[in-house]
Amino acid sequence: MNVQTLIPTIYGGWKEKFSTQWGSMIEALKTKFPDHIEEVLLPDAHPVDIPTLFLEKTGALEVLRELKEVHGLSFLTDYTASDEGGEKRFHLILHLMGVATKVRLRIKIRIAESELFPSLIPLWEGANWAEREIFDMFGIRFEGHPDLRRILMDVRWEGHPLRKDYPLRGYQVFLSPEPIDPELFK
Amino acid sequence: MSQENSKNFRTDAPLDVSRWGFPATYDVSLKRDSDDIFEDSKVLVNIGPTHPAMHGAFRCMARLNGEVIEKSVCEFGYTHRAKEKLGENRTYHQFVVYTDRLNYCSALANNVAYAMSVERLLGVEVPERAVWIRMMCAELARVIDHLICIGINAVDLGAFSYFLYGYHQRERAYTLIEKLCGARLTTSYTRIGGLMADAPEGWEREVKDWVKQTREVIEEMDRLLTENRIWLKRTKGVAIFNKEDCLRYSYTGPNARAAGLDIDLRRDQPCMFYDKMEFDVPVAQTGDVFDRYFVRVEEIKQSLNILTQCADRIKKGPVWADDKRTRIPEKERVYNTMEGLIHHFKFFMTGFDVPVGEAYTPFEAANGELGFYIISKGGPMAHRMRIRSPSFWHYQGLDPMIQGEYIADLVAALGSINVIAGELDR
Amino acid sequence: MSKDGSSDFFTTRLEDMVNWARKHSLFPLPFGTSCCGIELMSTLASGYDMARFGAEVVRFSPRQSDLLIVAGIVNLKMAPVLRNIYDQMADPKWVISMGACASSGGIFNVYSVTQGIDTVVPVDVYVPGCPPAPEGLLNGLLRLKDMIALGETHSQRRERALKESRS
Repeated sequence: MNVQTLIPTIYGGWKEKFSTQWGSMIEALKTKFPDHIEEVLLPDAHPVDIPTLFLEKTGALEVLRELKEVHGLSFLTDYTASDEGGEKRFHLILHLMGVATKVRLRIKIRIAESELFPSLIPLWEGANWAEREIFDMFGIRFEGHPDLRRILMDVRWEGHPLRKDYPLRGYQVFLSPEPIDPELFK
Repeated sequence: MSQENSKNFRTDAPLDVSRWGFPATYDVSLKRDSDDIFEDSKVLVNIGPTHPAMHGAFRCMARLNGEVIEKSVCEFGYTHRAKEKLGENRTYHQFVVYTDRLNYCSALANNVAYAMSVERLLGVEVPERAVWIRMMCAELARVIDHLICIGINAVDLGAFSYFLYGYHQRERAYTLIEKLCGARLTTSYTRIGGLMADAPEGWEREVKDWVKQTREVIEEMDRLLTENRIWLKRTKGVAIFNKEDCLRYSYTGPNARAAGLDIDLRRDQPCMFYDKMEFDVPVAQTGDVFDRYFVRVEEIKQSLNILTQCADRIKKGPVWADDKRTRIPEKERVYNTMEGLIHHFKFFMTGFDVPVGEAYTPFEAANGELGFYIISKGGPMAHRMRIRSPSFWHYQGLDPMIQGEYIADLVAALGSINVIAGELDR
Repeated sequence: MSKDGSSDFFTTRLEDMVNWARKHSLFPLPFGTSCCGIELMSTLASGYDMARFGAEVVRFSPRQSDLLIVAGIVNLKMAPVLRNIYDQMADPKWVISMGACASSGGIFNVYSVTQGIDTVVPVDVYVPGCPPAPEGLLNGLLRLKDMIALGETHSQRRERALKESRS
């Protein structure tokens, strides 16, 4: 558990500074949404740098709205995914930050390959491209996303490069520039 | 012309932009053509991906009503180099070179951020001198990044000589960086648990000389452009992105501070020795192109202050952490002993193991919050290497930013948010 | 030719004369995509000043330029765009591949990157380095000028072959 080793020059004070805020926040969430929170990893017991909440898929949007509107974590720092294998193959990973307090929190949601996850655009409009990137790289689909196209790769690309089963050198060659759908301008 | 008016054209007059009479907030509806006579002339314009104004490799399709952008679709991915996938297929040591190619205008800051994030997982603490040098590297990188950003922004709007002033100073900074690591642009200067090499004798002194020169150059550049009437007309009230927009689109760095969103990780969550430094965080209110330019100019001055303070306080000492795992074996041992050679071979071929864990390490790079989120499942390679690049979120805001603006202002807006293709596409 | 400018005559082949003129009037199109683009800017800026070598006027339109400097990564999404630009340039045309990424893919042997732009367009001069220093690019430019004077570039060979096949 080396993440716990405090390095004073690299954010050494985070744990002391934020532990009370983290504690009260997680307690409040646990009492309000007992069903939606699957698991809580705390920096004291697990090798994580900030508390990590595993949310259940169906209630995730509610909990995130609560975090944003009540607990002041209104800044979506990062939104990504990782390929963990197994039955619930992917983890969606969000990093939230409070603008005033600068407290950070990590949210994870386990999701299977075929499952849809509701889009977070109603909460943060910036999630739009992040979700497109997750779709492009991992193939996770989002419900209610207005424009779920590939973003980094060519629209004609097959497969999702950041999945663990995609080869590092799986080239795909196209002979014409990427087309842009004129429907986008209607 | 009265004495009072003629004073306005003097380049050395103190800055008071309000006297030009520009409205503090700009009504977008004013810009639209009063009656929709261009109903039939709505055209689709494709800009990029190799258009000179698109800084390399972005593409923007816009539907125009007359000269006003009604709807735009920004595309990118033309320099995608799969750095996140490479992070899962390279050892932690090998990945240092890929971090240079993220924001190549300020490679040193990326190196520092990456080294810190892996050290945090390992629990390795670098000695004091290394931390000071890293701070100086980060600030040096910030200065040269801002110099190139405001220079290119000015070139796009027609002020070519301004760019040459900044670039000349950047060339001098390259000389300093070459003295550190031998490379000009892609530095790969930091190592996990230390630095490639100690700074040469007297490097701090040269940095101080450079800071002195740069202060003069910035003054000169300021006089050249900041009160120029054409520049003000092209930038004031153009492409406004206010505080709420910044929050919704997760803006960080100078672009957020230009809109009044007062976030600076160096002050709010200090890492390294930033808490011992004295500096201000410049914040503007409107969030237009001019504010983004002006915040960068002010930030250069603050960074120069930090550089001077670092150069005064830096002390002699080792630059490598006292940790057997991450220490690259000395060449003396490698060439003369068998054990040293085997150690060297194992270090570079298999790498060192990082214990199980995950950490998100943010760093205030030149463009905003650069974060490395590493999931380690043990072993010498990361399970997931996520790079939270500020440009990705900034470029996303370009679409709403240019709605209702003139097509010519797209260039100003894109230059002012300083999107770097390598960092955007990763 | 006399010193005062009054001309007698000197003899040369027309082709050599044309090549001599061509090599001193290069119009580069900077196809800068990533890190090498910044070094290309260094080369164009005041410190190194590429204008000293007859390549002063940078043209962003492919139809007005005859030297394509590919500076930086060309990935599989960009490759057809590069080919389009090359096809739009008028003959004779030359290509400098600047940097490791453009020449061979460099350290990026991954799914999204072309392993060298010579799979897309014919390249005359490769400049090594990641990124090359401005001196490297200038050296590459001088090499290209020598090659143009000798008529040994891809474009000129193609032109000669075409002539021979017609005659």
